Amino acid sequence: MSVAVLAMEKLVCRYQGHEALTDVTLNVMAGDYVGIVGPNGSGKSTLIRSILGLQIPDSGQLLLFGVPLASFREWKRIGYLPQSMRHFNPAVPATVEEVIRLGLLPHKKFPRRVGGRSDTPAVQRALEALGIADIRRKLIGELSGGQQQRTLLARAIVGRPELLILDEPTTALDPETRERFYTLLGELHREEGTTIILVTHDTGSIGSMASRLVYLDRRIIFDGTLDDFCHSREMTAFFGEASQHLICHRH
Amino acid sequence: MSLFQMFQYGFIQRATVAGSLIAVLCAILGVFLVLRRLSLIGDGLAHVTFGSVALALFANVPPLVVTLAALPLVMLASLGILKLMERAKIFGDAAVGIVASLGIAVGVLMTGLSGGFSVDLFSYLFGNILSVSREEVIIAAVLFLLIITAISLYYYELLAVTFDEELAQTSGINTKRINTLLVLLTSLIVVLAMKVAGIMLVSALIVLPAVTALQIATGFRTALILAAACALLSVVGGIIASFGLNIPAGATIIILNFGLFLLAFLGRRVVPRR
Repeated sequence: MSVAVLAMEKLVCRYQGHEALTDVTLNVMAGDYVGIVGPNGSGKSTLIRSILGLQIPDSGQLLLFGVPLASFREWKRIGYLPQSMRHFNPAVPATVEEVIRLGLLPHKKFPRRVGGRSDTPAVQRALEALGIADIRRKLIGELSGGQQQRTLLARAIVGRPELLILDEPTTALDPETRERFYTLLGELHREEGTTIILVTHDTGSIGSMASRLVYLDRRIIFDGTLDDFCHSREMTAFFGEASQHLICHRH
Repeated sequence: MSLFQMFQYGFIQRATVAGSLIAVLCAILGVFLVLRRLSLIGDGLAHVTFGSVALALFANVPPLVVTLAALPLVMLASLGILKLMERAKIFGDAAVGIVASLGIAVGVLMTGLSGGFSVDLFSYLFGNILSVSREEVIIAAVLFLLIITAISLYYYELLAVTFDEELAQTSGINTKRINTLLVLLTSLIVVLAMKVAGIMLVSALIVLPAVTALQIATGFRTALILAAACALLSVVGGIIASFGLNIPAGATIIILNFGLFLLAFLGRRVVPRR
């Protein structure tokens, strides 16, 4: 029996006095493509931050690849793409290639070196996969939002992680770049077998990609296949026909 | 007097070697500190060094080891700045402000309580690069090797944390350890540089070469090299100018540094980065 990539049980996270997540139980198996949707303030980012150890849950259990989060050390198995332009320091004069190379750090032991020639093929592969080989020497802070996002995705996938976590990755992208971005995620999922957890507001697109949909509003309102979601009268009653249709019409 | 003749003097040689080593270290650490919005940590820790030196003198620590005695307190202060930022959720500049004002207050208080010291405490405020001793050159060289080794061993972790601390954390990097390393290295260089350069020059050597390099750098490694080159140029140029024109060395070094910044700032507008 395969081990769950992510096993979360009755997770509770409090933020500024209120519960951002209430009794969230979620299992993600290898090869899943999970789309997590929900309104603003529904706890999506808290969920992602908890999985990555950036926020310590108040109670509940969280296992990554069968290992409790507190003792999990195999970060090379996880790639993370944060929301564009929200976290990184654009004043850092790092080139696209320097940023991508940082994605190989979890694979290294002390002293961690990612500037060597042995890492160049992996970096080249990531640059080409994202179509950014021609801007490898540009500074990331001087690129467009779409190019920055592709650079950060290249950083996330350069080490070929088994689990890829993306937090609202398409916010800064124009529709054309967004489509290309989703196509690439689909290829990673199909061809590399990468497990994907995608948090998005883009409910219109999620239906055509994810194999599983999780609707979060501090607790899990729905967790199932898109077919189940689209044919569920309960969900129609909960979301209204228009919202349900928005998610389902491209499926 | 020719340049060749000038560099025959032992004090000029010592000032150039020690000043260059200290300036290069300040510049390299400065790139990380400026990007982490901790530009004034050098200034803050220099104030703490002043307070610690006063405390050491008050406790009758022999003048020769006063600087060494100040080191643990300055290191503690640097960790205090980190803790204030992490635990009290205070921005870096405010945390530096708290620690700096406490440091200077302790210094003034000790001076008042002792009724004045036989050692000129105020030489720590302004320093004198032309009075560097042979021992101070050796200490500078040892610390240079130590700090450069530490930075090269942790270079990619330092870059990752500077670029995005949370992203670095999700790569399995112990960001707290890297932050601690950065502030401890800074406290080492500040204590070392204080007697030589004084508060004013330490802070300038941390901030100015870094911001100059960041104007024109085409990559992170380039930024570090450019910052070190600016620091070196300003120290050597400053010592030559101060000797030749009979003007204060520290102030000349700072003004040269500012001139380089101005050149880089204007140059970037004329020739944009490729």
